Parts: sequence; C-alpha cells; structure tokens
Amino acid sequence: MTPMMSEGLADWAGPIFNGALATIKIAVLAYAIGLLLGLIGAAAKLSPWAPLRGVAIAYSTSIRAVPELLLILLLYYAGSEALGTLLALLGVDGVRLTGFATAVGVLAFVQGAYMTEVFRGAILAIPKGQLEAADAFGFSRWTRFHRFVLPAMLPNALPGMSNLWLILIKDTALISVIGFNELFFTIQQAAASSRAYFLFYAAAGAIYLVITLSSTALFARLERRARRTQPVEA
Amino acid sequence: MDFSWLSDPFYQEYLWQGFVNTLWLLLVSAVGGQLLAVGVALARLRGPRPLAWFAAAFSSVIRGTPLLVQLFFFYYGVGHLLEGVPGLRETWIWPLMRDPFFFGAVTFICSVGAYSGEVIRGAMLSVPPGELEAGRAFGLSGRQVLVRLWLPRAIQLCLPTLTGEMILLLKSIPLVSTIALMDLLQAANIIRDETFLVYEPLLLIAGIYLATTVVLTATLRLVEINFPGMRPRSRRWLPVR
Repeated sequence: MTPMMSEGLADWAGPIFNGALATIKIAVLAYAIGLLLGLIGAAAKLSPWAPLRGVAIAYSTSIRAVPELLLILLLYYAGSEALGTLLALLGVDGVRLTGFATAVGVLAFVQGAYMTEVFRGAILAIPKGQLEAADAFGFSRWTRFHRFVLPAMLPNALPGMSNLWLILIKDTALISVIGFNELFFTIQQAAASSRAYFLFYAAAGAIYLVITLSSTALFARLERRARRTQPVEA
Repeated sequence: MDFSWLSDPFYQEYLWQGFVNTLWLLLVSAVGGQLLAVGVALARLRGPRPLAWFAAAFSSVIRGTPLLVQLFFFYYGVGHLLEGVPGLRETWIWPLMRDPFFFGAVTFICSVGAYSGEVIRGAMLSVPPGELEAGRAFGLSGRQVLVRLWLPRAIQLCLPTLTGEMILLLKSIPLVSTIALMDLLQAANIIRDETFLVYEPLLLIAGIYLATTVVLTATLRLVEINFPGMRPRSRRWLPVR
C-alpha cells in the first residue's frame, strides 16, 4: 500500500455509521407514513363512493407505472416547491424543507401506492362471515375496523408488507441521487475520496445485506405471531 | 408548462437515443437474465453442493442489496480494479470495459437472474413429480425430461410472475443514468440542465415510461395467452392489472 492509499474503512467508520442511522430513520418514518397512506388508499379503493375510488385508483396506478428514481426526482422538486409556496402563503417565511423531510415524504408517497394494493388484497381476503358477525353484534364502524378488520387482514398483509419494507430499504439508496446524506451518499464520498471504490461499494452491499437479512428474520417472527389467531391448516 | 424545446432536433436526438438505449438494455438484460435465472434455479436444485451453495448466496446477496449499489459496485468498483490489470488495455476487451452499457447490462442480468431464478426454482418444485416420472417411464433421458418436460412446465406455472419481473426491470433502467449512460432519464437530465426547465423533461419521460409499460404489459400478456399448453381459462383476455 502506498501512503496515498492510507484512507481506509476505519477512517470512514464514523460517517458510515451515521449514514446507516440516517437511512434507517428515513426508512422507518417513510414506512410508518406509507402504512397510513396505504390504509387510507385501500379504504378509499373499497369505498362505495366513486370519486374517492377514482382518486385512489389514479394514485396507486400512476405511481406504480413510473420508475421510482424518476418519481423521486419529480416529487423532490415538485414537493419542495409546493410546500415552499404553501408556507409562504401562510406567512411562514424562511422555512426551508430539509433534505430529510423531503426524502421521507417522497419515499412514503411512493410506498403508500404499493401499500394500498397490499391492504386492498388483504382486506378482500377476510372471510365475509367474520365481518358480518361484527355487524350482527352491532359494533360501531371504528370498533369493527380496529377489532375485526385490522387483526383479520394482518396475517394476509404481512408477506406483502415485508416485501415492501425490503424494497423501501433498497430504495433509500436512490435518495443519494438527490444529494441527501444517507448511507449510500456517505459511501460514495468515501469511495471517491479514498479511491478504494471496490472496497467501499462492497462494504455498502454488506451493510444493506445485514439490514435486509435481519429484517427478513424479524418479519418471519411477526407473521408467526399474527397468524396465531388463524385456523391451523391440516 | 413550456414544451417548445421539443422542436429542437438536438433534444429530439437525445430523447430518441435514450429511448433506443433503454429498450436495447431491456432486451439484453431480459434475455441474458432469464438464461442466468434458469441456471441459478438448476444449480440450486440439482447442482453439486458447492455450486448450489454459491447460487443460493448469489441470489441472497443480489436480492438483499440495492440495485444502485450493485451498479456502482460493478461500474466503479470492478471497473477500477480492471484498470489495474496489466496488459488489459491492449486487448479487444478494453473498449467494452469502459462502456457503461456493458456494466449496466451485467448488473441487470445478475439482478434478473437472482429474482427470476427464485421464481423459476419455486415453479420447478411445484411441477407434479408424477409428470416427470411419466416422462421417465416413456424412456426419456434425464436431460430430455428436463428440457422437454420440467422446464416448460415450470415456466408455464410462473409465466405471469416472470412477466411481472420484466415490468420491474423496465422501471429500474433509469438507474443507469447515474453511471452516465444515455438512457431516457439521462436525456431528460441533459435537457433540464440546458433549458433550466425542471418539470417538463421529467414529466415527458414519465409519460414515455407510462406508455412503454402499458405496451410491454399488453405484449407480455399476448405471450402469456399464447404460451403452449396454457389452460383455456387463462386464454381469455383479462384487463391489464
């Protein structure tokens, strides 16, 4: 090794660790908002009111037909401008949207479209009798939703939710394209500065792999737990 | 909205070049990727222990890491290492080694190979064993059973999933704009930088992608309903989901 090459993984361990934390923070927040958007979207898609259904169908179809990277670029520019205008109209001046908030917003918006489909399918797969039972006992709409629909659809939705979480983790790398300081952006800086491209990109792969493999294990446990109320298949 | 730049022949040329490169990359990666996928599935099911283990590790690593990281790993990481190989500069491979298209294709072929490999493996496991035993009983060799029965039946079972993978592949192609390959997104980026219009070029290619997705879905649907031995029920024209 020449002295020029002295910059190694150890020198960048701190920034890379912070980048990984930022990535996980973005992913967790975007996932939570995406879950919410997905529930709303699924409810809208199953609603008896046609205009609401139309909006939900337009949302989930158009988002799912356009490449994620393109959406992230479009929403990044459009989203920050729209929010800036909105805040200016409200008289709040000098507030600039942080890269973090934009990243979370954009990923959540994309995630919500895919989540809508997962929840819609899961809700439709609930045996009708279970919901009729809830109606027969006279539960309110809210109680019916959170005591019957949610627990009954969860086991059906979990495989899809787990897939989407993995996709989301991998999509956070796209945020580096708009220049936010997450894991992959840090790695790119490290690689360019040390010129040890192979080493740093391999390390990036390893870190993402650790995150995705441990999430897979976690989701498998969650699914076992959610399925405990379902009848055992012969 | 200002689309007057569309009449500029230079920008038309960029967009056309980007469109052609996008489709070309899609075709190369789809064909190469499916071949690799069959190889991965076979290696995992029938390969000798080390090969099976390697194929399993390959598909976990590819499916567990972001495509963008893989692209950078191949283009910058492996590309940088190749620069250091003595004597490579003088060979005919060298121009290929500097070409982002080559690295893009390699990355996508690996990606399709890993994702579709798992799909094909699952489908091969769900072909009823009786059908393969029937083939053996008719005196087909192990190789013939594989080529004439097992693979065609497996592909028949997972064809809708495989065509879904192709749509996902189309949507991951804009990633190559990050390694300076002239695809549709890169064309839009250049136009954006030169005209200072932020939304118009991006919206235009979003539209092109939307249209390409619809056409590709319909084409693949035609392939699905005309695949030999599809059950009549699925031959009906179903609306694009």
